[in-house]
Amino acid sequence: MSNDPLLEVENLKTYFFVGDQTFKAVDGVSFNINKGEILSIVGESGSGKSVTSLSILGLVQKQSGKIVDGEIRYNGKDISKLSNKELTSIRGKEISMIFQEPMSSLNPVLTIGFQIIEGIRRHNKISKREAKKRAIELLKQVGIARANEIYDDYPHQLSGGMRQRVMIAIAISCNPNLLIADEPTTALDVTIQAQILDLMKRVKDEFDSSILLITHDLGVVAEMADRVVVMYAGQIVEEAPVKELFDHPKHPYTKGLMESIPKIDEKKKRLNQIEGVVPPSNSFTKGCRFAPRCKFAMPECLEQDIDLEEINKDHKVRCLLYENENNSSTEVN
Amino acid sequence: MTEKIEVNHVGDDNSDYLLRVEGLKKYFPIKTGLFNKTTGHVKAVDDISFNIRKGETFGIVGESGSGKTTLGRTILRLLDPTEGKIIFNGKDMAELKQTELRRTRKDMQMVFQDPYSSLNPRMRVEELIEEPMIIHSDDPQDVRKKRVKKLLDTVGLSGDAARKYPHEFSGGQRQRIGIARALAINPKLIIADEPVSALDVSVQSQVLNLLSDLQEEFNLTYLFIAHDLSVVKHISDRIGVMYLGKMMELGPKDTLYEKPLHPYTEALFSAIPIPDPHLEKERIILEGDIPSPSNPPTGCVFQTRCPYAFDKCRIETPIQKEVDGERLVSCHLYEDAQ
Repeated sequence: MSNDPLLEVENLKTYFFVGDQTFKAVDGVSFNINKGEILSIVGESGSGKSVTSLSILGLVQKQSGKIVDGEIRYNGKDISKLSNKELTSIRGKEISMIFQEPMSSLNPVLTIGFQIIEGIRRHNKISKREAKKRAIELLKQVGIARANEIYDDYPHQLSGGMRQRVMIAIAISCNPNLLIADEPTTALDVTIQAQILDLMKRVKDEFDSSILLITHDLGVVAEMADRVVVMYAGQIVEEAPVKELFDHPKHPYTKGLMESIPKIDEKKKRLNQIEGVVPPSNSFTKGCRFAPRCKFAMPECLEQDIDLEEINKDHKVRCLLYENENNSSTEVN
Repeated sequence: MTEKIEVNHVGDDNSDYLLRVEGLKKYFPIKTGLFNKTTGHVKAVDDISFNIRKGETFGIVGESGSGKTTLGRTILRLLDPTEGKIIFNGKDMAELKQTELRRTRKDMQMVFQDPYSSLNPRMRVEELIEEPMIIHSDDPQDVRKKRVKKLLDTVGLSGDAARKYPHEFSGGQRQRIGIARALAINPKLIIADEPVSALDVSVQSQVLNLLSDLQEEFNLTYLFIAHDLSVVKHISDRIGVMYLGKMMELGPKDTLYEKPLHPYTEALFSAIPIPDPHLEKERIILEGDIPSPSNPPTGCVFQTRCPYAFDKCRIETPIQKEVDGERLVSCHLYEDAQ
């Protein structure tokens, strides 16, 4: 892992315009992904984590959604303003994506083989036969033993775990530098999830790629990530290296989230709960967006927008509780 | 909740049990060809036996295709069982005629997985909650309306929710409506099929806490079906682990977690990602996928993925064995465990 940023996202704002309403799905998000690193974005539905990843690849629906501000620099070059055609040379080759639902992201009327070589042949000048050889190699790499048979199968003939393996084979077919995985294991059973997470780690080591892992599962985060970004209502509320985040969570939302999940090795009668729900993205008010659900909320929380401040090395938090506590180790509990 | 540990003899005639399931089977025919000839069966539930005590939460875990949902539906007789007994409150549900079945079902209610599709979008919340009372009780309208108000309060929704439609609520709130509806006619047993898997983590804990509170308040018995082991372990007293229509292992949650007997239970627990980045655990990664339930492996259904499988496993189906008095396991490794 080096400290050169591969991808820098700066003040990204992706809004959706429906009728006369504005949905601020992503509202001023900044983060970096270094080479060879796994960065995880955690958040609940409506936090803007998926829209962030779609924005990076320029896949936000054009009719209603728009990147209204910010820069996305890949290897130092802003890719947020590229045309679709220019992006095509990056998508699938330099940056590729694994989606949550492997059934709906594979084309049901094309064979697995066709879908794998499609990307390979678009980005490399090789013959169909060579591409097929490469595709079968890839299928073997992702742990499909019957690669030759599966090559001519259609997606419906495969199980969920197999489809996700095929998705990963497609994603790594051009040795991408960055792999964006949006809830890659959410639709899978736990024993299959363990296989896929293991595979993603192997792929990362083998190709020395970076991974942006989007998930709501803190268990998956702890297992996979080097660094974590916690999102809430379109904003980053906390950012820290994974051990630091789990050992010393600062933001009341991060703490609440960690306390509210049932842990398999714990004997607890009641779970702590965060009251209320994530606010819809067309109704944000001034100040802290978590304040209405926060146990520690103060009147000042709603008076002004709060910045994401660095309180420790590599540990940033968007909360007034830590405003004057730079580098101090005081904990609120 | 009974704290004492009793020996869980299958077929033991103990009045402490609210529900006893014995040798339950549900096969779905596979029909092919012009004349719809039955060419095989999907053995969704294959010879399952367990008991649930009054006031207990019995959890069923399993991966997709394990038959856990079919089991829940067959117990309610939303599906007719192929074979076996479902003795609820002393009556065999499998034998009951329609009219009597309806009367018995009053004591058994279901909370569904998807709060978006299980509530009629054209009914107001008060109508949704009142509906079971109209069907199952003779209460006059004003009594029913009062009860709706009280139920809404019980599940933590405000009184003005009554006049609204389901689409006006979030997932967690809808699940509360579903729970209020299930509670409307004072059931004894609630079958909850993946009640929190469609919810966000922060909302999930709200609903799990609500379910625990209600259990204490109304002395409810739960059959809690889910794929998420952490959730099942949190809420249950005892857990049954299903795989391909079979019950692989059954036991109190803590002993089951601390010392899993069946290789499948062991692998299942070991596959869960634990939210602690310091933990470096040796994980058992199972090879392959769950086989199709229409064509299960011979012998033990788990033998194709089991790291300990030996010759006997491929030939002979293991029988459920009692271990340590309170646990049941179907595995040849424990043949002589008595």
